[in-house]
Order: sequence, then structure tokens, then C-alpha cells
Amino acid sequence: MVTASWYLILAAGLFTIGAVGLLVRRNPLIMFMCVELMLNAVNLTFITFGRELGDIGGQVSVFFVLVVAAAEVVVGLAIVVAINRRRPQATADDLSALRG
Amino acid sequence: METAVFIVCAAIVLAGALGVVLARNPVHAALSLVGTLFGMAVLFLNLEAHFLAAVQIIVYAGAIVVLFLFVIMLLGVDRLEDLSVEPITGQRVLAGIVGLGTFGLAVAFLVTSDIGLPGQEALTGPITDQYSNLRQIADVLFTDYVYAFEATAALLTISVVGAVVMSRRIARADQAQEAPESQEAARDD
Repeated sequence: MVTASWYLILAAGLFTIGAVGLLVRRNPLIMFMCVELMLNAVNLTFITFGRELGDIGGQVSVFFVLVVAAAEVVVGLAIVVAINRRRPQATADDLSALRG
Repeated sequence: METAVFIVCAAIVLAGALGVVLARNPVHAALSLVGTLFGMAVLFLNLEAHFLAAVQIIVYAGAIVVLFLFVIMLLGVDRLEDLSVEPITGQRVLAGIVGLGTFGLAVAFLVTSDIGLPGQEALTGPITDQYSNLRQIADVLFTDYVYAFEATAALLTISVVGAVVMSRRIARADQAQEAPESQEAARDD
């Protein structure tokens, strides 16, 4: 029988992989994908705790996280496109200054 | 049955996550992300969150990953990245330590704490078998969380406007002034 602890450990592992990927990778697009992994890990903990406590609020929180993640991807990818127009093939290390 | 589904989906989720981090080609990373998100949707079904499993497939695997792939192909960055070079010396070791620390702290907290919390009352609304999952979410979303729901509508509108403003071409009047500067920038690079 799978208890809530297994889901939480899986979520911790997924969050860790996402965090390490965010720190190590230099391609802005891959870094965004790692942020998505971390958001998904948190979603899994929300739903697990929601079921464990018998509370629907966990699932409602995940709904809001999904909306914010969608908005974040839209704005983030627009920034990546805008940067790539001025400086093609830029990595995160090249983007140390705020001005284009 | 739940155990078997959990084991298979956990393997898919972790393999996909490792694929995102380790893939040299951004397109392969995006496809690994689909695997992770799909396994996560099945885990949501396992946890009886039926509506969110459907939303996960439609929004994440459908819209967000397609947006990623679209940008990858639009920018033409689907070239192989050389992962053998470490831009900052010692960064990967430090990142590994941070990762192990995060995972270790989470698991240690889990082992030492009592997550069952017996006798706790549900704050927003109890999960029952009486109504469907979708109806229970909707009941809470349009009563207790209705202002937050309205705020997400505003957030989505603002982000769409922001994306359009950021990705539009520079106006023609500015272009005459911008042109010499951008040539200079290109020469500097």
C-alpha cells in the first residue's frame, strides 16, 4: 500500500532534480523547464496533503498554481524571444546586464 | 493496483525529469518534460484529483510544452549544447550539495514529523464521495476563492498584453535610431 509519504518523497526528489537543473544548466529555455518541474513537485505535495487531510483546498491551490505557471511561461518565453532578437544564442551567463 | 501504478509513474516522472536536466538538445528536453507531466497526471488520478489530471494534460502537456517547442523552433536554438564545459568552476559540485541538502532536509522532516494530523478539521471543504471532484472544486472556487479567481483572470490578461508588447517589432520611427546602435552591438559581439 502506497502511503502519503511515498508521494511526498517522490515530490522531494522531483523538486531536487529541478533545482539542480536550474542551477547547472545555462540555456534559458531549459531553465524554464526546470522551474516547471519544481512547480509540478509542489503540486504533487498539495494534492497529497489535500487527500491526507480530506480537504479540497489543496486541489484548488493547485488550480491557481497551474494558472500562474501558464502566465509565467507566456511572459518568460516572450522575454526569451525578445532577447534572442537582439542577441542570438545568448546563454544565462551572457545576460548579466538588464539593458538589451 | 495503486502501488503498481505509483511505481510505474514514479519511474516515468523521475526519468523524464532527469531527461530534462541531462538532455543536450532542447527539443529532447521538452519531450522528456511531456513524459514527466503525463506521469504526474496519472499520479493525480491515483490521488483522486480527476479534474486536475485532465487540466494537467490539457494545459501543461498540451499548451505549455507546445509553446516551448514553438519557441525552440522559432529561435532555431535546437542545436546541441556542450555540457562538458563548466562555466563556473565548482558550480556543479555546489549544486549537487544544495540538491542533496534539499532532498535530505525534506525527507528528514517527513520522517520526524507526523503528517497524518488526525482530528484536524478541513478548512475549506471536506472531500466527499457524494459529489464529483469537479463539483467540489467549483463549489469552493466560486465561493471562498472567488476574488482569487477574478485576480487570475486579471493576471492572464496582463501577461498576454505583456507578451504582445515585449515580442512586437520596434516601431519604424525608433528603428532609424536603433539601427546604428544595433550594428555597433553586433560588431562588439
